[in-house]
Amino acid sequence: MQRVINDRPITYLDSGASSLTPRSVIEAMDRYYQHHHANVHRGVYQTANEATAVYEGARARTARFLNAPGGSEEIVFTKNATEAFNLLARSWGAAFLSPGDVVLVSEMEHHANIVPWFQLRESHGVEVRFIPVDDDFRLDISRIDELMRGVKLVSVTGMSNVLGTINPIHDLAEMAHAHGALIAVDGAQSVAHSSTDVVALDVDFLAFSAHKMLGPTGLGVLWARQEILSSMPPFLGGGGMIKDVSVNGFTATTGPSRFEAGTPPIAETAGLAAALTYLEGLGMDNIAAYEKELTGDALTRLALEFNGRVRVIGPSDTLDRGGVISLDVEGVHPHDVAQVLDQFGVCVRPGHHCAKPLMKRFGLAATARASYGPYSLVSDTDVLLEALTHAVTMFG
Amino acid sequence: MANLDDLYREIILDHYRSPRNRGELPPPAHHVEGFNPLCGDEIVVYVLIDDGVLVDIKLTGHGCSISQASSSLMSGAVKGKTLEQVRDTIATFKQLMTVHEGQLGEPAVATSPDADLRRLGELAALAGVVKFPVRIKCATLAWNTLAQALDETST
Ligand SMILES: Cc1ncc(COP(=O)(O)O)c(C=O)c1O
Repeated sequence: MQRVINDRPITYLDSGASSLTPRSVIEAMDRYYQHHHANVHRGVYQTANEATAVYEGARARTARFLNAPGGSEEIVFTKNATEAFNLLARSWGAAFLSPGDVVLVSEMEHHANIVPWFQLRESHGVEVRFIPVDDDFRLDISRIDELMRGVKLVSVTGMSNVLGTINPIHDLAEMAHAHGALIAVDGAQSVAHSSTDVVALDVDFLAFSAHKMLGPTGLGVLWARQEILSSMPPFLGGGGMIKDVSVNGFTATTGPSRFEAGTPPIAETAGLAAALTYLEGLGMDNIAAYEKELTGDALTRLALEFNGRVRVIGPSDTLDRGGVISLDVEGVHPHDVAQVLDQFGVCVRPGHHCAKPLMKRFGLAATARASYGPYSLVSDTDVLLEALTHAVTMFG
Repeated sequence: MANLDDLYREIILDHYRSPRNRGELPPPAHHVEGFNPLCGDEIVVYVLIDDGVLVDIKLTGHGCSISQASSSLMSGAVKGKTLEQVRDTIATFKQLMTVHEGQLGEPAVATSPDADLRRLGELAALAGVVKFPVRIKCATLAWNTLAQALDETST
């Protein structure tokens, strides 16, 4: 994206909200519209076959990216990560949880991984319990055995969209399974920034959005172990998800299509496949190492340059931490910080980042959040610091 | 492109740094809470109404400079006025904060006639907010909350 704002080239530091889009991703979507446009799983003509190949090819590509043991059969396309969690709660949750069963989330979750469980509490009487966050911005698992009592599902984020904290998913998976529970991971902030291997992590569900991993908006993924997915009842009803319909009722089809009622986003899946190829071209480990360097540099300079007037709400070093940096500027509301930064072409996000329980935990109404992507540069941090200096001065 | 000085006029920064009419009013004053769910801003508006006149108004809460300055300016503009005058000021202010279609890429224009601006006095300092559409909600939070308080007390 090449925009000049207020005579300044854009400094995009909002990849945590939505990442920028590589040309190859845009071209892949263009190609679908210009050469293969048709609905999927319907027509028998040439382009209809091609469209189906694009869509199903992207499913296979996604499965390979996650090292999904059951391949394509485990990949459900949704609208976004939020819809993936709603699918999980409404289908798996409603079918397998009984009143009194516990869903254990954490205090650092995005509302997408809280509200669907609260809704399930209302409809099915499940209990929603929270793993607390300690003063070092990490999950406090010191009393995990107590917390695990009655838990049927642990559902936590791979990386906090506010703190940047990367959670010990493999350890949590081990604890969940030892207590006979399943584990779901919110991968929205993690999948684009380090490698995700669902077998190595030993998890059961994973949800994420394409638009935060260099892909297009309008597409998300729910990955679930095949044996679990095949036991789950359908979510939305309509075309594409049925085996048979008569005036007396319907039977649902099998496989991921069972959860994909109606015409799905098709061009977007082509875009996602291209984004995954782009990410793997860079190398997920390279991306992780590079962003760690950027983050470390920014954290060091933020600590040095503002005499404590700019506080980082998140871990202060790069151990188990990603490139999301939430700032609390003394005496300046995050909205005003972001507004002054905008004058320098700097895009950051002010607000509660859909994580109100976490904000409350740290006594904040909002933060201004800068977040990095694989295309970010040290010079982005330079402009950020220049603009922050201006904001601090302006509001005295 | 909208300029930052349009938004952070000196008068706004002044009201942000030293807000007027801060505090609470005891019953029989009525109070209403307002939230801006997007940014977490919260405000409580206390109104004391007697015989069709807004005798006193006080505000508590927290928020950005625009929402704080707007509520401070509002309190000064409506205190001691008849309810009819207050409603009129609310309507005029909200008109000032309205974005019209097709403004993406073009500088947004405040459409209120100058006469309205003059009528608003100090409040006109907030006119620049409309050039930053995302911030309109910050500027109108106190006003919507006040309107709700008036509605609740009139029934
Ligand atoms: C950790 C986390 N989970 C879930 C979401 C929701 O993603 P989406 O809005 O694409 O559904 C976000 C996006 O902000 C996020 O950061």
